[in-house]
Amino acid sequence: MSVLVNEQTRVVVQGLTGREGGFHAEQMIAYGTKVVAGVTPGKGGTKHLNVPVFNTVADAVRETAANASAIFVPPPFAADAVLEAIDAKLPLVVCITEGIPTLDMVRVAAVLRSSKTRLIGPNCPGLISPGKCKIGIMPGHIHKQGNVGLVSRSGTLTYEAVDQLTRLGIGQSTCIGIGGDPIIGTSFLDAIKMFNEDAETHSIVMIGEIGGNAEEVAAEYIKAHVKKPVVGFIAGQTAPPGRRMGHAGAIISGGQGTAKTKYAAMQAAGIHTVQSPADIGSTMAAVLGKAASR
Amino acid sequence: MKIHEYQAKGILAKFGVPIPRGEVVFKKEDAKAAAQKIGTPVVVVKAQIHAGGRGKGGGVKLARSPEQASELAGQILGMKLVTPQTGAEGRIVRRLLIEQGLDIKRELYLSILVDRAAEAPVILASASGGMEIEEVAKDYPEAILREVISPAAGLQSYQVRKIVFGLGLPAEMVKVAEPFLQSLYRAFLATDASLLEINPLVLTGDGKLIALDAKMNFDDNALSRHPEIAEMRDLDEETPLEVEASKYKLNYIQLDGNVACMVNGAGLAMATMDIIKLAGGNPANFLDVGGGASAEQVKNAFKILLGDPNVHAVFINIFGGILRCDVLATGVVNAAHDLKIKVPVVVRMEGTNVEKGKEILQKSGLNFTVATGMKDGAEKVVALAGGAR
Repeated sequence: MSVLVNEQTRVVVQGLTGREGGFHAEQMIAYGTKVVAGVTPGKGGTKHLNVPVFNTVADAVRETAANASAIFVPPPFAADAVLEAIDAKLPLVVCITEGIPTLDMVRVAAVLRSSKTRLIGPNCPGLISPGKCKIGIMPGHIHKQGNVGLVSRSGTLTYEAVDQLTRLGIGQSTCIGIGGDPIIGTSFLDAIKMFNEDAETHSIVMIGEIGGNAEEVAAEYIKAHVKKPVVGFIAGQTAPPGRRMGHAGAIISGGQGTAKTKYAAMQAAGIHTVQSPADIGSTMAAVLGKAASR
Repeated sequence: MKIHEYQAKGILAKFGVPIPRGEVVFKKEDAKAAAQKIGTPVVVVKAQIHAGGRGKGGGVKLARSPEQASELAGQILGMKLVTPQTGAEGRIVRRLLIEQGLDIKRELYLSILVDRAAEAPVILASASGGMEIEEVAKDYPEAILREVISPAAGLQSYQVRKIVFGLGLPAEMVKVAEPFLQSLYRAFLATDASLLEINPLVLTGDGKLIALDAKMNFDDNALSRHPEIAEMRDLDEETPLEVEASKYKLNYIQLDGNVACMVNGAGLAMATMDIIKLAGGNPANFLDVGGGASAEQVKNAFKILLGDPNVHAVFINIFGGILRCDVLATGVVNAAHDLKIKVPVVVRMEGTNVEKGKEILQKSGLNFTVATGMKDGAEKVVALAGGAR
């Protein structure tokens, strides 16, 4: 088992005929992901990358039994694309798009809460269960199948951590990039709960960043419920307050959301915290080594 | 994006939020006429900068005659205003708001913002008008009223009543507060604001609620659908290099260290700043060149980084993944060549064709140091920048 995706996952790509959507769909197919449909309004009935294209998500689901969506739609139209995927009752929707207005996501979040859909992102690299399925833009080849569950708000920093793990021979069950926006579909808490219940996941890496309090909320849960070892890093220890550090959600405001408070919460929860981003892999190796010798 | 107080009040007035009568002036000569036009016995002369605490820094003064308004305008315009929010370098005042004086009975605090945990807009209100909300939150968290607004149902009348009674206002203020808050909420939604703060909101002697101050910040991601707001951007309020970077759609924030960094991805860029600090150096900036990091963007990024005279060395940290390292390396070599870069450059890259990329850097004859891994790169660049200072 891995979480959320596996060999049975059938993906519809919203925005398949666009530049980004087409490029990454090709990479996903090359990795072995079953991309069964694309959606581009007005291009229904055509084929792209040898994948059938539909006008609506509902059509795509009906004709191909797709059970997950990957969204590569430009920001002004992305919230609508997510709502369409929720309406089509897809259990999993992964929104890669960066730059969706926050109030659009407020509307999406309200609909999402009363649905059965799990949204990953937006503004995220997606998720991958190595060797089984990749929905997103991460380089597949740096991953290795294994038992570490990884959850992160970042894209390239996640690749960095995965690369460190793989080089040390430590594989991953599922890596989830939850996204750098203030309002996202899946939180650290949601991801940690899934990893905690997944038999294939033996340990967890969480990579947070400044802004908000999602890391603190997850740390509380870990303290009370998680027995699996957790390694944690927070990016932005040197970030000045009041400035948005690239990600819309990465901002220290009113003294809230600093790396210091997040590290304190993680340490109080017994998480193995890492100060240097270069030490994520080696810290996990040490933690696993200790667990094995016990 | 931030705008000035007078601009925020202009927007609010369009939505029916009561504001004091006022005029913006850019020259001392216009202040007298503005004060005469307003016509109240007392006018307030307020410096317009993108930072709070203006009163504490001497940027807000009362004038009892148009002549005095003119005199004060002469003093404040052009001054370097230092407030608790500007840092020691302060801001040059280039615009003033001249406003009617009001008969103030009470000062309150009101704001609307998006609450990340509630995933919805929230109204914050407090009876301590004029105080920084962060200070109130620290000392008296229970004194802040908090009403989450349902995105579907909108602001409800009962919520207005909870705020009015919670602030200790008399019952007859409900009918004044209802249109005030509804207008404010409409303005928040319609402009894609990220923060709308009225501090203070004043209750006047004749029972009116008026926005005495107004601060509006906007969601950068939504500006494309509000061109009239995007036009209000005041480049004088921003760091010149940051303005330049924004032209190239580069995410750049200038800091005070001497080790510049160029990274793809915001999280990795923050982590790179952190690791420079851990290696004993100080980052000169945050810079995310974006997921793609094309040769053109690398060149633009170099231009921005080298525009900062404090920079003694540059650390390029790219985790390409799908990006090909030979393409990146060619871009770095060309940029370094075209821009005649003199400072040492440390390159750490990872991704497809990484060996080929390293070879291109080494064969270029330029002053590159190739690093293996983030830690190695950070240590090398800090040493080349002359260690910690």
